[in-house]
Amino acid sequence: MMSAAIEVANITKIYPTREGKTVALDRLSFSVAPQEFISVLGPSGCGKTTVLKIVAGLSRATGGQVLVNGRPVTGPHRDIGIVFQTPALMRWRSAIQNVMLPVEILHLDQSKFRERAEELLALVGLRDFHNRLPSELSGGMQQRVAIARALIHDPAILLLDEPFSALDAMTRNQLNVELLRIWSERKKTSLLITHSIPEAVFLSDRVVVLSTRPAQVMEIVDVPLPRPRTSEMRISADFIRLVDRLGRLIGLEYA
Amino acid sequence: MTSPEYYRTAKIVVSLIAFIVIWQLACYAFKIPAYLLPAPSDIAVRLYEKRGLYFSHSEVTFYETVGGFLLAVIGGCIAAALIVVVPTLRDVIMPLLLVAQIVPKVAIAPILLIWFGYGIVPKILIAFLVAFFPIVVNTAQGLASVERELLELAQSLEANRWQVFWKFRVPTALPDIFSGMKIAITLAVIGAVIGEFVGGNRGLGYLIIIANQELDTPLAFAALFILSLGGIVLYGLVELAERLFVPWSVSNDANLEIARLR
Repeated sequence: MMSAAIEVANITKIYPTREGKTVALDRLSFSVAPQEFISVLGPSGCGKTTVLKIVAGLSRATGGQVLVNGRPVTGPHRDIGIVFQTPALMRWRSAIQNVMLPVEILHLDQSKFRERAEELLALVGLRDFHNRLPSELSGGMQQRVAIARALIHDPAILLLDEPFSALDAMTRNQLNVELLRIWSERKKTSLLITHSIPEAVFLSDRVVVLSTRPAQVMEIVDVPLPRPRTSEMRISADFIRLVDRLGRLIGLEYA
Repeated sequence: MTSPEYYRTAKIVVSLIAFIVIWQLACYAFKIPAYLLPAPSDIAVRLYEKRGLYFSHSEVTFYETVGGFLLAVIGGCIAAALIVVVPTLRDVIMPLLLVAQIVPKVAIAPILLIWFGYGIVPKILIAFLVAFFPIVVNTAQGLASVERELLELAQSLEANRWQVFWKFRVPTALPDIFSGMKIAITLAVIGAVIGEFVGGNRGLGYLIIIANQELDTPLAFAALFILSLGGIVLYGLVELAERLFVPWSVSNDANLEIARLR
């Protein structure tokens, strides 16, 4: 068996609060194989984002450890690209300049990566928008720029923190399809944080289902839908059954 | 010029003209003596008669204002950067700043005169003191207002302090720095005039004092007119610089305008 790209081993996160301590994450364990697409699904406020931050090295677990490519995470590391809930673009930079930001910070070869940035903007469907400022792009387009930015330094792992939750349903579905296409072209190990069940099912190989606070892994569910996946699969019986099962698992009531 | 902008300009010009006409007519109708309230025509005549006088006085006030303003911009930006980048300094600098801001500058002016004489230096210092605070406050706020996600991005890329400051904080703060500068430039004019009121023998503020003493109210108004005009021009220059250096912020407004028109 291949070693895991991300190995989350028994992590706990405890926040000190005024009333004592709050346990946000309670002994979570799961692993992500190289080039696998995994979603962490859970109700709002259960601490999903904390999982991502610990994997990214932006936050430290109180207990347990995370291994990325076999090495323990002790701080931020460059093997990852992150897409946040908000596009988090620099308002003063054009789309392509935003995509180039990591190249500048990591002191990579600007002229070489310029071409790559253009390629990535084309990949996310913004071929003709290189020189637009974020204010001149729609919310969906801004998030596409953010995806291109996360991929520019060719990280092995893509971390997605509810990247589409601020978008309207139509844009969201469209970007789900695009993300699948990008993923199948670039084959990045991907960890998606989401509270949308259909999104998790549609995109993932496996779904890690978290409980409410303190978050524990309730179940890791395989998604047996074949790839490449198409939009039509969202109305297939298998898809709906899986969505329903996950819904029951996290305690959603369907009328 | 697009037509709504043209319309706006027209509105401003017409209301200004209307104001002057009403003023003129009121002075004429109620026979208000010129030493109480000179009519615009009296002021215009005095402006023309003493045209040789204003230039040298304006020059002095201009240097005082711009000198104090530039000092405030440089000092204010440095102080703000220290406050934001070195959090421990915040508790040292902020109380001092607050005290400096609360002390009435008119009351400090005579003391500065004792220390620095009757030349241009105390006026520049007063202009600086008045203009400093809004720049510090706005700049510090701007430097600290980088989106949390952007800072996390910087952190995840292991950006160093220097990169975070110049690539993330400074551009984020630019619009705020300019709002601070726009307030500061108008205050700097006031500061320079206060300095001239308290002690001096040159400058438009000095000219107003002299005109008052001689009950030459039209001359005082003429000096006021030039002072205001100069202030507006300086403000305009700062705004022009803003358009050049912060086009993304200004273009936002333009986009809104376009969106509204559609």
